[in-house]
Amino acid sequence: MNTTILLLLFAPLVGFLINTCFGKSLGKTISGVLGTTAIVVSFLCAICLFSQINANGKSFTFHLADWFSIGNIKINFSFLFDQLSVLWLLFVTGIGSLIHLYSISYMHEDENMHKFFSYLNLFVFFMIALVAGSNLLIMFIGWEGVGLCSYLLIGFWYKNQDYNDAAKKAFIMNRIGDLGFLIGIFILGFHFQTLEFLEIKALLGKDVITPSLLAIAALCLFIGACGKSAQLPLATWLPDAMAGPTPVSALIHAATMVTAGIFMITRMNFLFDLTPEIQNVIAIVGAITAIVAASIGLVQNDIKKVLAYSTVSQLGLMFLALGLGAYEVAVFHVITHAFFKACLFLGSGSVIHALHGEQDMRNMGGLRKVMPITFWTMMISTLAISGIFPFSGFWSKDEILMTAFHSNIPLWVVGSIASIMTAFYMFRLMYLTFFNDFRGTEEQKHHLHESPALITIPLVILATLAAIGGAISLPGHSWLNHYLAPLFAHKSHEAHTLGTTEYTLMAVATIGALLGIAIAYSKYLKKKEIPIADSEVQGLHKVLSSKYYLDEIYMVTIVKPIYMISSFAKKYVEKFISKAVIGIGGATYALSIKGKKIQNGNIGVYLFAFIFGMVGFLVYVFIIRDVK
Amino acid sequence: MNILEHVGIGNYITLSALLFCIGAFGLLYRRNAIIMFMSIEIMLNAVNLLLVAFSSYHEDPSGQVFVFFTMAVAAAEVAVGLAILVSVFRNIGNIDIDNLKNLKG
Repeated sequence: MNTTILLLLFAPLVGFLINTCFGKSLGKTISGVLGTTAIVVSFLCAICLFSQINANGKSFTFHLADWFSIGNIKINFSFLFDQLSVLWLLFVTGIGSLIHLYSISYMHEDENMHKFFSYLNLFVFFMIALVAGSNLLIMFIGWEGVGLCSYLLIGFWYKNQDYNDAAKKAFIMNRIGDLGFLIGIFILGFHFQTLEFLEIKALLGKDVITPSLLAIAALCLFIGACGKSAQLPLATWLPDAMAGPTPVSALIHAATMVTAGIFMITRMNFLFDLTPEIQNVIAIVGAITAIVAASIGLVQNDIKKVLAYSTVSQLGLMFLALGLGAYEVAVFHVITHAFFKACLFLGSGSVIHALHGEQDMRNMGGLRKVMPITFWTMMISTLAISGIFPFSGFWSKDEILMTAFHSNIPLWVVGSIASIMTAFYMFRLMYLTFFNDFRGTEEQKHHLHESPALITIPLVILATLAAIGGAISLPGHSWLNHYLAPLFAHKSHEAHTLGTTEYTLMAVATIGALLGIAIAYSKYLKKKEIPIADSEVQGLHKVLSSKYYLDEIYMVTIVKPIYMISSFAKKYVEKFISKAVIGIGGATYALSIKGKKIQNGNIGVYLFAFIFGMVGFLVYVFIIRDVK
Repeated sequence: MNILEHVGIGNYITLSALLFCIGAFGLLYRRNAIIMFMSIEIMLNAVNLLLVAFSSYHEDPSGQVFVFFTMAVAAAEVAVGLAILVSVFRNIGNIDIDNLKNLKG
């Protein structure tokens, strides 16, 4: 058992170390295979753990080493394996393996391929630490680690300054959230004298903290989750993060890392259950994010940007579910979303690969015939994300909307509109990319080709999962809810009987999705419209394509004032400080120039000083002091 | 028989102080390293004299034991010091301390 856990935890780290130290001399293929193997080993171990926990339902803590103790707080390197963490590990390492496999082919032309794989392995290692950690601090290590890897991978093509800026933006935005998370950890650690999840859970009933402080702690944790999971107002980094190579977008910025916030809230569900006002905040922020991001997604022309906004929007829906206390529903959507979004990203990567780096959908079209596998896998995933029966997204999105309908109608309306928009922009993407005639250059047309097997195999596997993934939590017979039940205090939402309301809701959701598809169909397939150039955009369209001017607003309200303060500090404060410091140095130097003349090497003078010093000392001791 | 009955302790202190001052002034005035050594010896012996006198006065022999140690250490110090002076003389031809500035930084 211990070997399995150690392998699970450290295989990616070993892969990272080998690839970092020897990657260049190993050659591209070997370093890629090595990185992939490391994750596959982790995945196999995760399967072992999963089958064990699924069979006996017993969670356990694995103690690796002591770390430190301050006062009564003891922090250990220990890992908690329960239903939630093992499930999460399963899809993190599973999808991670597929994306590694995909990257072997996708990144093969890049000179720094070994570096890419070492970063990816490091990312998976930190993600495992985040998910498996048994206390908040280990989770925080993983949390920061994945942020770091995200930064490294967004800026992987570091020769492009825009990409570097995007990496910095992601890092800084995340830092804001991390600060909230850290403050939350401090509050909890101070009052509970422990950071272990299970101990906090046990202590929560014992009145060690006032409800208002608990609410503040929960809010701080939620701010952390907002940063990592790209919720408003910290959402703007995720679309920019698409600067990274496409496998990175698939792994980090769609399937795994951005779900860390949802994982954290699910992990701390016992805490959030006690702070209903924060739950309301979570639900509202989630709903607003869902609709805002979806509306921006309507007008994006970059194929990856569409998917990025769709990710933000879907994450918003997950937060909506979290805010309503339907943790298992959020987890369900995380899983199905991981399948179809990873597939969509990898598919878009396949398209970009075929077009030699072209990402603008206005220059695509007609790829259906040349790239059938990519087309069909993406089509399945698109149907899934649009919520078409019986693909996985239908079940998970439907559960979220159903939960919303039962507790808060306005939230349901917002969520439904976001879903309709999702269906629209996803089919817009499909029509623009795969239908009609090719709009790129003649040279690109000449080189069009289906991607190699290493790219299409992961696509096929993910598309299969996206199609049938909903089976893990069918209404009425939910394996997932049953599996996760030990984690949650409340009765699972499965309790809803499948009555007329539920069927009506499903029908409404489906009709909504079909409506979105129909609009996209008539606009982009029938009338063969092509989105207009950026400069001709006007009115509401312009507001949307400028992302509600969020970046500009941040620029004016936050970045500019900080720049002003910094330039003031640079001009005046720093000058003053550096002058003071240099002045002290100068004074010391001048003194020492004078002072060194005393040491002239003349023994007579030394003796003179010595004896008079002694005499002076004696005079002080025996005469002056005595007189006093 | 206590010698202090014939010559009072005050006289010893005065003599010792005088010897010490002579040694100190000799050390400051003279430039010849051998003479300076002798001055240092005078200062040391002034202290020895005082130690012996007080030892007798307090009827505590440990002061006299201490003097033996001082003399032994002084002998060692002189041996080392004279060896250095011999070596200095061989190098620069005299032992005037004003000429010993070659190691000045």
